[in-house]
Amino acid sequence: MRLLLGVFIAFTLIFGGCASKDKAVKKDRIVVWHWMTDRQEAFEELSKKYEDLTGIKVNFELFSPPDSYSQKILAAAQAKTLSDIFGVLGEKIDVASFIKAGHVVDLTPYLEENEAEWKSRFFTSALAVTSFEKDNAFGVTEGTYAIPIDLMNIQMVCNNKLLRQAGIQRPPQAWEEFIADLKTLKEKGIKGLVSGWAETWMIDCMVSNYAFNIMGEDKVIKTIKAEAPYTDSDWLRVFKLFEELRDSGGLASGVVTMDNKYAEQLFANEKVAFAFNGSWCVNVYQGMNPKLDYSVILPPEASDAYPMKIWGGAGSSFYVNARSFLSKEAVEFLKWLTDKEQQVFLVNKTKNLPSNRQALSGIPKELSEFADDSDSITHPNMWPFQEYPAVIEAFTKGVQSIIIGEKTAQELVEEVQRIKEKEIQRRN
Amino acid sequence: MKKGTREFTNFLFVLPALIIFSVFYIYPFFKVFNLSMHSWNGIDPTMKFVGFAHFKEVIFDDKAWWSSMAQAGYITLWALTFQNFLALLLALACDRAIRAGSVYRVIFFLPPILSEIVVGLVWKWIYNGDFGLLNHWLSMVGLGYLARDWLSDSSTALTAIALVHCWKGFGWAFIILLAGLQTIPRQLYEAATVDGADALKRFTNVTVPMMIPVFVLVVILTILGTMQGFALILAMTRGGPAGHTEVPVIRILFSMIKYRRFGYACCQALIFGFILVCISFMLNRVSKFFKQA
Repeated sequence: MRLLLGVFIAFTLIFGGCASKDKAVKKDRIVVWHWMTDRQEAFEELSKKYEDLTGIKVNFELFSPPDSYSQKILAAAQAKTLSDIFGVLGEKIDVASFIKAGHVVDLTPYLEENEAEWKSRFFTSALAVTSFEKDNAFGVTEGTYAIPIDLMNIQMVCNNKLLRQAGIQRPPQAWEEFIADLKTLKEKGIKGLVSGWAETWMIDCMVSNYAFNIMGEDKVIKTIKAEAPYTDSDWLRVFKLFEELRDSGGLASGVVTMDNKYAEQLFANEKVAFAFNGSWCVNVYQGMNPKLDYSVILPPEASDAYPMKIWGGAGSSFYVNARSFLSKEAVEFLKWLTDKEQQVFLVNKTKNLPSNRQALSGIPKELSEFADDSDSITHPNMWPFQEYPAVIEAFTKGVQSIIIGEKTAQELVEEVQRIKEKEIQRRN
Repeated sequence: MKKGTREFTNFLFVLPALIIFSVFYIYPFFKVFNLSMHSWNGIDPTMKFVGFAHFKEVIFDDKAWWSSMAQAGYITLWALTFQNFLALLLALACDRAIRAGSVYRVIFFLPPILSEIVVGLVWKWIYNGDFGLLNHWLSMVGLGYLARDWLSDSSTALTAIALVHCWKGFGWAFIILLAGLQTIPRQLYEAATVDGADALKRFTNVTVPMMIPVFVLVVILTILGTMQGFALILAMTRGGPAGHTEVPVIRILFSMIKYRRFGYACCQALIFGFILVCISFMLNRVSKFFKQA
């Protein structure tokens, strides 16, 4: 009998400890989970400063790489053990799921108080990524659910020294000029364009840029809503651009299996003249080659029908756990973190664009070149509808196929349209 | 002690193992099966029951899944032939009393203990089209016309990965085969030699029959290990170019993390597991047949 009792107690203790908790445990410090390796040191300094100021401890816990972080927060969300403040890596649909599952505090009342003092600090595009409008397609209550701590956008970066070496007087403004430059660079034995296109979201980004430029936002959204087909001549033109890129011979070899980190190394080491990269690269290039002479331009326009749009918005945003006992303290901390002083500190330390517009003055030249084009920012998370993942996979892999000469643009648009129709059928 | 009490006491001793097995094996299996019949994004509090729709979709509709199976099969074929043949040759060489045999054993077992990610990144650099060592060596020996970006060319990417997998994996097969060879009684070889058997005959009539259970073990482990491999591929190509190096585990990972289709990912995992169990079962039967023969 004693043995039976012993076994029972042992297993109660072992498995009782594994049970999920419906409420976060009351703690004496705010815990922040994030994935930003390059910012951990700066965050730690800020947390120390905040503790000195308020007596409240803030623990920044780093989980990297981002894929592992994503899995961690998914598991924590299922177990209802998310930290007080956390970031969500993913599409707007994922953010919507977190909100609908009751994991996230609606920050709208805090942003609107004192005549929207907090809200007015931010760039509109930074808040748009994590805001949901009335009657949105995701079924989320209207509101803003996260606070951006920095901004980002993705543009074309050119190595001024290599362009000069090839006799190119100015960075290209139009697509034809860009292709001509790539050919010139090739003749001079200089690699033309690099980007981490093994990470297919970067291909998605470039496709969107040119889709907006060639057919305008309305038609892109119509295609997503299945009111226009991918076989349309405008879409064909978008994918033909990648054929032209391939035929120019100006793409760095191995671009379709290249991580962006490696692409950044190539550009920083002055092996390639152009890079399609995000504003975070300022910090990366600074670390790899502080003497790198480069400038930032919008991707060269392929059409004058519509303005060029670039992906951007909040680089990283923080959400407050709705189940946290410290949610009010967490909101106060985020307010402090996005004050001008802390934002300037983060800009200087991490070379990322600040989310607080007041912190823009005095940022490095390259960063200001990224910041100049804030009006051209768009992002799938800002669009009212989002494309099915299977369709995105089809055209991003398809672009890789075009680049390696396996498919034509015509074959690709037909295939993408077929997959789109199949997805619609499957979901109905 | 009464019989019933004794049986109950015995049962208590088995109970902890039974509970652990149930909690960590039986329950997850049924949970995965249950999830595979639901449409769920991994976050929503509710799931939608879809019955066997996911199974139907994977089996009849998911071309990318079946190409990933074929690609994993191709790598496995390389591992079964080239990798294991190399391992057997080296094991036979080290089985003899050669000088510095233990040094070779250590050297051959180095690749398997390295991290797949590190190995992947190093080989990615070797295979690089512009600055890679392989192209450099090819140019040095006058074969520069063969130079290419090995991982971005759809005709070479999968084979390039298969070769790295073989390089990394042959050490395991080598150790198992060597252990098997060393269990064969030396007297059998001596008797065969006395009977006039040459080296080839000793190999075919003594080594091979005695090694069949070990061969089967190596084959099963090679198939299971290779089919389930993915870290090396993630580090080298992320499944690209255009999905040419995707394997089933990468598809499962993408379904779960990229597309947030947890139910579908569970279904893929179950089908994949079922296929592997069938292969293992078949090999077991083949092994029994050879033993009887």
